[in-house]
Amino acid sequence: MEEAKTILSTKNLECFFGDFQAVKGISIDYKEKSINAIIGPSGCGKSTYLRSLNRIHEEIPGAYNKGEVNLLGKNIYEKDVDPVLIRRNIGMVFQKPNPFPSLSIFDNVVIGLKLQGVKNKSLLQEKAEHSLRKAALWDEVKDKLNKPGTSLSGGQQQRLCIARTIAVDPPVILMDEPTSALDPIATASIEELMMELKKEFCVIIVTHNMQQAARVADNTAFFVLGELIEQGASEQIFTNPKQKKTEDYITGRFG
Amino acid sequence: MMIETTNYYRWRKFKNRFFQFLLIMAAIAVLTPILLIVQYTFVKGAGSLNLDFFTNLPKPVGEVGGGMRHAILGTLYLVAIGAAIAVPIGIMAGIYLAEFDKKSALSRILSFAIDLLTGVPSIIVGIFAYILLVVPMKSFNAMAGGVALSIIILPIVTRATEEILKLVPDHIREAGLALGIPRWKVIFMIVVPGSFKGIFTGVMLAISRAAGETAPLLFTAFGNMYMSYRIDQPMASLPVQIYNYAISPFEDWQRQAWGGAFVLIIIVLGINLTSRAIINRNELINFFSELKKKLNSKKA
Repeated sequence: MEEAKTILSTKNLECFFGDFQAVKGISIDYKEKSINAIIGPSGCGKSTYLRSLNRIHEEIPGAYNKGEVNLLGKNIYEKDVDPVLIRRNIGMVFQKPNPFPSLSIFDNVVIGLKLQGVKNKSLLQEKAEHSLRKAALWDEVKDKLNKPGTSLSGGQQQRLCIARTIAVDPPVILMDEPTSALDPIATASIEELMMELKKEFCVIIVTHNMQQAARVADNTAFFVLGELIEQGASEQIFTNPKQKKTEDYITGRFG
Repeated sequence: MMIETTNYYRWRKFKNRFFQFLLIMAAIAVLTPILLIVQYTFVKGAGSLNLDFFTNLPKPVGEVGGGMRHAILGTLYLVAIGAAIAVPIGIMAGIYLAEFDKKSALSRILSFAIDLLTGVPSIIVGIFAYILLVVPMKSFNAMAGGVALSIIILPIVTRATEEILKLVPDHIREAGLALGIPRWKVIFMIVVPGSFKGIFTGVMLAISRAAGETAPLLFTAFGNMYMSYRIDQPMASLPVQIYNYAISPFEDWQRQAWGGAFVLIIIVLGINLTSRAIINRNELINFFSELKKKLNSKKA
């Protein structure tokens, strides 16, 4: 089997809120067609790190980054890079399902394309169906595409948000605790969906749920207080951690 | 463990009831003035309304009859000028305050200025428009009245827009940005349309407030006794007409003043109610279709 290509990598990435440094020099490589989990106790900077990968972190007043994030070999923090174009290539799913209020289910899915200037109706139709099918939501919503996106249940809303992200076809998808607001059944369907997405996308997921990381992720990284303690294949991290801290955390003695 | 009704429990229950009573009293106190005003102007004013009142102009003193067509249309005209100036600027300024440069010096000054503007007595607004537009044009004119009303409308629309947009959670904006949509499109295509109802309500509130203002019009649009559509000439308005008629010694004019007051209240309430009906049209449609279903099932 040929070696999978590295699609995204961080080199010495540091994230700041004003004077406070939340993430301290983290270097990780992400392969294409893989699921990568980031775990760690609350306040360890894992969400901030994730939000730095698509330059959303800097939208918070006073927040900035140092170090490199390389997307296919190009540092997205170089001066001439337009963050808007970066975000079209690195999609994001948030903790709370957040479909756009006032938009229909259909418009929620294609809004990204529409606002990028796609006007061809049949293409939008096609993209919407394709994305909703991939997000395993099509059968549930195909008869009510004109209903508001907010009329769906929490789990459906989150799959709608995933469909919305897939529609613009980013090679990398970030997920910030995507199931923490959902019940176990909705969580299971999202996890199943992640396994599907893995066939095409590189998925990076922040999670509080260690079982989730163990179930779905190929690789896992463990953060404490903004530092990378350990990273590697999930199997190794969860069965045979090299660091004492990792072992304490995954066995519940700390965190 | 024993569960019994203690004195303490009864005392707590009493306190609960007592405060509930106070709050209900406060709610009634708020409702009373509006009900009394509508009732009183209805009793006094409805009697003097007839077709003439809406279609005719004032008659010379001494002749009975005549109407306020010029003042009714004048009020609508003046409010339209004011809204045309203030609503676009107000909404834009509100968007600026809520979405851009939240902590910049300009937005802090702007925010403070809006608070001040809301508090400026409306007679002062009238004087300002007088100096700005009446003095150089050497005549009272409708434009000055419209501008004066726009200064009444502006801070209300700005503040309403800002507050409504601040209610939109940040993760909605981030979701838009994360799709690779430029910031201005996220704001104008997602955030603002999502808050349309609230902004529309704020605009309507400001407009109905302006429709009832007298002081800013006294020495700007001034008023007249004939029909005029000219923006550079004095123009009648309901509040000023009511004022002039009410202080006049003629009984028929005083009677018509009540009629005008009633019409003004109906216009202001009408703006409020229709705007509510427009933004809740889906709920209205649902309501009527439910009603229809119920009636049909009863028949069957």
